[in-house]
Amino acid sequence: MSAPTLSPAVSSAPEAPRAPLTKKVLVADHPTWCPGCGDFAVLASFYKVLEKLNYPQEKIVTFAGIGCSSRFPYFVNTHGGHYIHGRSLPFAAGISLGRDDLHVFVFGGDGDGFSIGGNHLVHTARKNPRMTYVIMDNSVYGLTKKQTSPTSPIGFKSKTDPWGAFDQPINPMRTLINSGATFIARSHATQVNHMVEMMHRAALHDGFSVVEILSECVEFFEGAFDSSIPRKGGSFQTIDLKKNDGSAEDAARHDPTDELAALRLALDPWPGKFGIYYENKSRPTKNALEQKLITNTREKTKNASDLELLSKTFARMR
Amino acid sequence: MVSPIPPSSASATARSNAPLFTIPDVVIRLAGNSQDGIQAVGGFLARLAGRSAQEVMTYMTIPSTISGGPSIFQVRIGSGEILSAGDRADVLVAFYQHSYESHRSSLRPGGVLLYDSDHVTPNPDDKEITAVGIPMTSATVEAVGGSSKEKGKNIYVLGLLARMFDLDVPKLSQLIKERFGGKNEDIVRNALLAFDAGYAYPAENLAHILFRLETPTPTVGGRPQITTDGNTALTYGLIAAGVRHGAGYPITPWSSIMETLRTELPKYGGIFVQCEDEIAAASTALGFSYGGNLSITGSSGPGLSLKMEALGWATMAELPLIVVNVQRGGPSTGMPTNIEQSDLLQAIYGSHGDCPRVVLAPKNVEDCFYIAIEACRIAREFSTPVIILTDQALATRIEAFDEPDLPKLMIEQKPDLSPRDASYKPYPLDQVQRHAPPGSVIGSGKYPTVTGLEHDEYGHPTASPAMHTKMTIKRREKIKSVAATFPAPELFGDQSGDVLLIGWGCTYGPIREALGRLRGAGATVGHIQIRHIHPLDGGLEEIFARYRHILVVEINDEGLYGYGQLATLLRSRYCNPAISSITKTDGLTYKVSEIVERVAIKLGLADTTVGMRKQSLLASALTAQK
Repeated sequence: MSAPTLSPAVSSAPEAPRAPLTKKVLVADHPTWCPGCGDFAVLASFYKVLEKLNYPQEKIVTFAGIGCSSRFPYFVNTHGGHYIHGRSLPFAAGISLGRDDLHVFVFGGDGDGFSIGGNHLVHTARKNPRMTYVIMDNSVYGLTKKQTSPTSPIGFKSKTDPWGAFDQPINPMRTLINSGATFIARSHATQVNHMVEMMHRAALHDGFSVVEILSECVEFFEGAFDSSIPRKGGSFQTIDLKKNDGSAEDAARHDPTDELAALRLALDPWPGKFGIYYENKSRPTKNALEQKLITNTREKTKNASDLELLSKTFARMR
Repeated sequence: MVSPIPPSSASATARSNAPLFTIPDVVIRLAGNSQDGIQAVGGFLARLAGRSAQEVMTYMTIPSTISGGPSIFQVRIGSGEILSAGDRADVLVAFYQHSYESHRSSLRPGGVLLYDSDHVTPNPDDKEITAVGIPMTSATVEAVGGSSKEKGKNIYVLGLLARMFDLDVPKLSQLIKERFGGKNEDIVRNALLAFDAGYAYPAENLAHILFRLETPTPTVGGRPQITTDGNTALTYGLIAAGVRHGAGYPITPWSSIMETLRTELPKYGGIFVQCEDEIAAASTALGFSYGGNLSITGSSGPGLSLKMEALGWATMAELPLIVVNVQRGGPSTGMPTNIEQSDLLQAIYGSHGDCPRVVLAPKNVEDCFYIAIEACRIAREFSTPVIILTDQALATRIEAFDEPDLPKLMIEQKPDLSPRDASYKPYPLDQVQRHAPPGSVIGSGKYPTVTGLEHDEYGHPTASPAMHTKMTIKRREKIKSVAATFPAPELFGDQSGDVLLIGWGCTYGPIREALGRLRGAGATVGHIQIRHIHPLDGGLEEIFARYRHILVVEINDEGLYGYGQLATLLRSRYCNPAISSITKTDGLTYKVSEIVERVAIKLGLADTTVGMRKQSLLASALTAQK
């Protein structure tokens, strides 16, 4: 029988006692990023997240599309891969749906996620497969050396807009909320603890979880995110989540299950707030829905063997 | 050709409605509109043939509109080997005036026209055929109970044909019950009423056109026959081969494969995902394969183009994948409901870069089942994408064939998560490596990255000129080595001589029939249907050397340089100037006579082909009694 192994991603545990997962084990090739790139901090935070999660190493999958940030899987010693530009989400959905025992992480940049892969982002969110997607947004095409990206602000001077970009940029949080993703958070590559918390929460979410991390490209868009870096004179404003303690100050806190409140947050003027915008724990994953379909269908066939099923089908063609 | 067997005079006088002649095969063309259910009648006839151990082949056209439009279904039934749906019809059933006018020319001289006298007025001066008018519409309405709806006149016609050809009524009734059994009782009852009314049509009006189909000698201990179309056969071939995962996007004529997989795979514990586009479908399928579940994606022409970048990645990353391409008329949206074999070069060379992969082409409906199994074997064994090039004609036509021996053929597939030892390399230069899916512990502690970047043996990106050369050679040699697993190509007809006919895909039947006629006319002719397109079957060079001409029969254009797509490939591979092309692009399957005439012209045999005109036994039977 070919019924997939099933156990929710969050509850699977190693069969035998094994040494805890450490950064030492998780480090692979030395990153090829430019010195000072924000992506180094994202990678360091991800090691910490994996240490906290302590999944069996062979059950972790790290995948990516194309771009600077998409080199990520080469630097993490887990099963993984480097797919084509913009299509890593449907690829990862295949991994997750076919192998519910795995923990699937996808990394990519703003070009991968919001431009060439924009349609896949919307449809993956709609389907809600169990996996975590980290978008390392630097608001520029870095690997191809400074072209306008879908999140480049108006006025940004690039090789494709030397006079300053004038197309309306994508608002990632607004796009994600509208897409129906069931966990949406925003973080900043200069805030390691915050990144670790957001990615950790995302990994534990039962469904399609997305974390957008502003990660500066020091080579082609230096200072892009200074307005949210306190040591550069900006302010890093986090989202206070509701504690439901009935206190007066709690009324002003954000309820992440409130889609409209999340949208209002997404419409805050730049640089906006950081934290969990939206979380929906009630929508079933595609993994669960497909499994339910399998269980129901197999019950109808009285759990017939593959040979019995196919023989019956051919008998009907006689 | 076999002569008709005249009835003995004694029995002819004893029963006035006894069949006049026993005939070995018949071609019936039903012409109406797409909502008339003529496909259903054709389907019943085909399945009856299958259950009677007869051979059958069908041919249909459907308009690419949502509803309405002229449509035909042609069925050929016989006791001998049926290789094509027949060039011309022995019987034409015309529901409307336009059906009559468009398809009169498809009827052979001496053939029978059955027309609905409520809608059709045939040319009274047409003495070349026997025209029989029957009020099909009003008789059906009368039989079913005056709802004034014409629904059921297809079944009425089935009854008529059952009488005309002395078909097995209990078996047909059973088929009707099975077909409509799931619906409410009234539908089954009405269908049977319509059938009985057609069957009871006064025999004296049909007396001069009653026939009996020869009963084939039952094969002792043979397997039961099944009757199905190519897309269905292919789908269940994949399931037999252990495919439990896949992804697709709707496009004609591929869609029926994905619909069946979507509803069937959950029964087997599997998943089929309908994706947002063709690229996502290829990607999701590759994700399944990466997880250790050999999976399938598919499409038709334009969709295959969209998948090409992902297929290039699959070659580079060395992952197994099955890709079905149901070819249709192109380029662009082209002729979505017509046949064309114009995706061959796209299938082989469509991706960017040097991107070798396996391409197979089934030769008939039965072969759709077996080639799916072969494709899965190759994909697993060589960790490579395999494209199955089928086409609109194979996808939709119905044939009867022996039920596959499932206990012997079925393959169980599970992700191979066995621990890999410390020497494991994802991309060794000197051997074919099977992918280690996530979940497999890697003994060295170094987990592999599958990648589309050029890489070394461990999957690390490299821009080393030497490594790119070595890896390109490795990927090429891997696909070349697949050919060693192919059986020798099957050579029909003369083993050497004037001409070798080469075909691929749905042209198998018409070429085989043409072979018979050309040999009958004195030419020495052989035929090979190439099922393994890339890499090619072994041994072809030596076979080619035995013939003066090698003619490649294809349904595509001769291109800028005068050769069809397979002919181009064969000429480039074998540098044999004897290879030339017979091509066409009318969106239709080859008629046997088209091939015979084109070959005769190529060989300068035009004179000897006179008299090769198909001598239908039905036609001669009709001539004989006049």
